[in-house]
Amino acid sequence: MSSIVIDHVSRWYRNVVAVNDVSMTIGPGVTGLLGPNGAGKTTLIALMSGFLAPSTGTVTLDGEPLWRNEEVYRKLGLVPEREAMFDYLTGRQFVVACAELHGLADAGAAAQRSIALIEMTEAQDRSISTYSKGMRQRIKMASALVHDPAVLLLDEPFNGMDPRQRIHLMELLRTMGAEGRTVLFSSHILEEVEQVARQIEVVVSGRHAASGDFGAIRRLMTDRPNRFVLRTADDRLMASALLADPSVRGARLRSEGGIEVEASDFGRFSEVLPRLAREHGVRLHEVTPTDESLESVFSYLVSS
Amino acid sequence: MISPTIVRLGARSIFGRWRGVLLFVLPVILVGLSVLIRALVGEDTDAAEGTLYGLGLVVILPLVALLATSGLLAPEIDDGSISYLLAKPISRHTIVISKLVVALACVVVFGTIPMLLAGLVLLPGSPSFAVGFAVGSLVGGAAYCAIFALLSVMTKHAVVIGLIYLLIWEGLLGGLLDGVRWLSITRWSAELVDQIASLDLVDDLPLAYAVIAFAVVIGAGTWRTGWRLRAFNLTGDE
Repeated sequence: MSSIVIDHVSRWYRNVVAVNDVSMTIGPGVTGLLGPNGAGKTTLIALMSGFLAPSTGTVTLDGEPLWRNEEVYRKLGLVPEREAMFDYLTGRQFVVACAELHGLADAGAAAQRSIALIEMTEAQDRSISTYSKGMRQRIKMASALVHDPAVLLLDEPFNGMDPRQRIHLMELLRTMGAEGRTVLFSSHILEEVEQVARQIEVVVSGRHAASGDFGAIRRLMTDRPNRFVLRTADDRLMASALLADPSVRGARLRSEGGIEVEASDFGRFSEVLPRLAREHGVRLHEVTPTDESLESVFSYLVSS
Repeated sequence: MISPTIVRLGARSIFGRWRGVLLFVLPVILVGLSVLIRALVGEDTDAAEGTLYGLGLVVILPLVALLATSGLLAPEIDDGSISYLLAKPISRHTIVISKLVVALACVVVFGTIPMLLAGLVLLPGSPSFAVGFAVGSLVGGAAYCAIFALLSVMTKHAVVIGLIYLLIWEGLLGGLLDGVRWLSITRWSAELVDQIASLDLVDDLPLAYAVIAFAVVIGAGTWRTGWRLRAFNLTGDE
């Protein structure tokens, strides 16, 4: 059982702060590192995999520093986000080379096991240059798993995978977590994270915004006030009907036409809106969420 | 200290890129030109010296070392694929030395052996002439590789800076200013050639100085490259 401890870590590039005073412990099981693009997830994974020195604070694996310490790679596997690989090799040659570099006694057998685990046996003798994005992702997984590491770090591992591959990888990560390995993967898609990880760490703009069970974080995200713009056949009537419902916190008639609605309970609002429209005989022309971007979801989390 | 896997991967990577083709072209130019000169002027010491020194040591050898070394490290650092080597429990110096072994093998195949052949073509009656240039190119090539390896881990523009260094320092200033010989790999190599082949390519440069200078550049360059690689930063687009 291994743990990565990030203790009051900041990392800046000249005057740009990429990670700001983050403390977290990544223990056995699957942890999802969630945050919008540019939030600092890749920087955090680089810090956790010994590929970046913290400007302040410490990052350790079972008490050992990760920076400038090659020995940590005996128990750590890394799947980087970047796609560049040794394209002049076949998938099998690449994984065998990784096994050899780990000093494994039977590199060929270890590579075969790892390749079979991620279901790449059929394509293993093809050149990596011919691989699709998803296949590259999987062969990277095989190379990171070849030495059976206690800790596995994956940066946006589901990028480019088709749904079947995605489900398979999710299952694999769940199994590895259940076996007691420490698995951390980053993603900017909440649904992706909650299908695999019970523990979620949320980062926004380099800050550690939330930490804990996915259920609690999911509630925080879905219970936040949502804003919509509605275009209806009778804005005034619809606005008054909506205001009478407890799921709506406010409604404002816009000068350019339409209603701006703030819903406090998204789940109830989505059921109530079509019902009220039908009851009052008002035709709905358009329902547009105005703050559905992930950034706004995360911003809400930070402020809550 | 040497990883056979990294050596194997390095050899594959060099010949998997366009630079590999250039490595074949350079020695063909040297040997081809030597055959032409021999056919045109016969066994002429001045012409032979001019060809092997002016073209071989000053141009072909450093270019071979630059192509081989930068082709081994710079592309992997640029695209981040070096992380697959670095995320392994092996010393960074082992990685650098293994890569330099491949680069040096290229220097031998595309620099030293063609130099030997060209020397034997130009002056078949003086084997020490060919051997002198072969030894000079081998040791000089090793020093160039160490310098270019360090450049590859220090800057993204290793090839451009390497070319500027070769053109301005080793080529232009080395030919104009006498004092440059103290800090010029080409002149140190020439001193080795002078000693073995009893020539006078470079004046007033003690052999001991050239040998120590080579040892310092090769040793310090290799060590420093490994040290820089230990502090390799891998970050995405953020």
